[in-house]
Amino acid sequence: MNNSKSIRIFVLGVLVLFMVASGCKKKEPAPPPPPPPKAPTATLSANPASIQRGQSSTLTWSTENATDVALDGNKVDPSGSQTVSPTQTTTYHLTAKGAGGTQDATAQVSVTAPPTPTPTPAPTPPPVTDEQLFAQMVKDIYFDFDKADLRAESQQALAQAAQIIKQKGWKVQIEGNCDERGSTEYNLALGERRADAAKQALIQNGVGADALKTISYGKEKPQCSESNEDCWQKNRRDHFTLLH
Amino acid sequence: MHSEKRIGTGKTLWLAGLTLMMLCAVVSAPAQDRIKIELNMGQERPRIAVPDFKAANADAQTGPLNTVFNQVLWSDLENAGIFDLVAKSFYPSQTPGQPAELNAKAWGDPPPNAGVLTFGNVGVNSGKIDVQGWLYDVKNPGSPQILGKQYKEDATPDNARLIAHRFADEIIARLGSGIPGIAESQIYFVSNRSGNKEIWSMDYDGANQKQLTKLGSIALSPRISPDGSRLAFSGLTKDSWQIMMYSLDLGRTVAFPRNGGDNFSPAWSSDGTKIAFASSMHSGLSEIFIAEASGAGTRRLSTGKGDVSPVFNPKTNGQIAWVSGRTGLPQIYVMDADGSNVQKMTDQGYAVSPAWSPNGLLLAFAWVRNYGPGILGGSDIYLMDIASRQIIQLTHDGGRNDFPSWSPDGRHIVFQSNRSGTEQVWSVLADGTHLQQLTRQGRNSQPNWSFK
Repeated sequence: MNNSKSIRIFVLGVLVLFMVASGCKKKEPAPPPPPPPKAPTATLSANPASIQRGQSSTLTWSTENATDVALDGNKVDPSGSQTVSPTQTTTYHLTAKGAGGTQDATAQVSVTAPPTPTPTPAPTPPPVTDEQLFAQMVKDIYFDFDKADLRAESQQALAQAAQIIKQKGWKVQIEGNCDERGSTEYNLALGERRADAAKQALIQNGVGADALKTISYGKEKPQCSESNEDCWQKNRRDHFTLLH
Repeated sequence: MHSEKRIGTGKTLWLAGLTLMMLCAVVSAPAQDRIKIELNMGQERPRIAVPDFKAANADAQTGPLNTVFNQVLWSDLENAGIFDLVAKSFYPSQTPGQPAELNAKAWGDPPPNAGVLTFGNVGVNSGKIDVQGWLYDVKNPGSPQILGKQYKEDATPDNARLIAHRFADEIIARLGSGIPGIAESQIYFVSNRSGNKEIWSMDYDGANQKQLTKLGSIALSPRISPDGSRLAFSGLTKDSWQIMMYSLDLGRTVAFPRNGGDNFSPAWSSDGTKIAFASSMHSGLSEIFIAEASGAGTRRLSTGKGDVSPVFNPKTNGQIAWVSGRTGLPQIYVMDADGSNVQKMTDQGYAVSPAWSPNGLLLAFAWVRNYGPGILGGSDIYLMDIASRQIIQLTHDGGRNDFPSWSPDGRHIVFQSNRSGTEQVWSVLADGTHLQQLTRQGRNSQPNWSFK
């Protein structure tokens, strides 16, 4: 702490004590003064104190012994209420003036942002390119371990795919893939069987054989590179590519 | 550099010699013995002393090249699998650099107790490395010299290595039942270390690893021609797999006819006139085809679903072994080279990647012998005696071991394994001993040993 400052405070205190003491001794008792005018009181509250933007809150105030009451500078009744809709957090200020002085009161209305409205999902625009339509209609199909047999859901998917392939006159490459566990060369043969299984199903559903080309990637082009069943399943697939 | 591990049964059990081989064939020896005999790895292992060759002069290059030579010669003779190398701690304090300095008795008597001794000297003169080497029968003082050779090349570490390989092969040819050594042989393999799968080559001991193809897509299944001049492989083009041909003479890929569909897993007949391969050109499913070495005259041999990985019987070229999934999981089959007389060689598990031994008697293959639902973990290398269908297991260490390929002398097998954590190329003596890791950088697979 600052020494000179504490000394100054001490000297001032002694001086005040001295003056008070001497005054008490020397002053004559005065006649009782008229009672001073009472000091005004003021209260202000907001209900609710917190709103979302766009909602409103009610300010309620009351005063006593005041002749001049203002809310944020606007003259108002000594007591009353008012509805407000601030767009941001606002502190309201009530001033009550009377013969006995001035009294202030404040109340805050906090404003929070309304929750962002969930945008209503825009309707999926219809595919505009052949590639987009192809990707939507001709999806990968998946196989069991070391098998090239089509699952029931794959047969359904291929039957639907066949319709659009015929309708659009597309040429399609079917790419057979395997998971990492089998042997490199045998997996090329297995991928060939997987690609051929899809080709035969599309032909049965009316697609011309010359619109279909197969290739096996064996285990050379995995989608997923972890060593677990989820990943292996993703890699045991036929992928379809639109040829130009 | 290399780790050694015994995988097979004890070498003391190994029977040998032509007499015994014929005897055993007659009395139908147990599978283990029969297969071991067929590997030409006899029990009579010459006890050879291999003291360091001496520096012939004080040229600055002599020391380093002498060191390379000594290391490679020792390692070649050790790798050969047919010698007992006398430990260096037993050697006499004086080692000869030339015949005049030799005290044969000191080597033939215990403690070295060597049967044969190789010695010599290495010097560099005017930029040339000059090596003189001898092989002496130290227990035959009357006529001790078996071999005396001299080599001269440009003085480089690669040439020091090459001369050591050549001299080792001379020694092996003299002492190894007349079967040439493999120290000058090459191994071709797939490596991804350039960023994608390309074909690489290396010396038989893993030295001199070099990238050959620069296909830029995916190259698989390298198969070197019997004369070592051309390498067939399968390459991914824009729209299909095609058999491709790389010329080692020209150092580039040369033209080879394209076929329809996917074409992969080529194989050479041992006379170099034919190529077998798998192709989907006929049915959309892969089948075995045969063609002239030029790629012309394609003919279909098998009609199975998912046939792949053909390999000729190199002794006769009259049979082909291959893999087929026609009955479910892949199995090994053998047929005559015209497609007739199909025989199923395995009937359980997951059997792939057949490799026919140079003497035509054995098939090496990769097998998940006890395959269970959802489990495809341990694939090991097995050897099958074709005549009896007896089988012995060569690797036991778990992991996935695949793509065995025989060395030209039929005493070694190179294969791919993930036992170290990633796919790498390993070699092992065909009796299961002397396991060595040959590659370490990137992922390396599908090794193929040259024919000579």
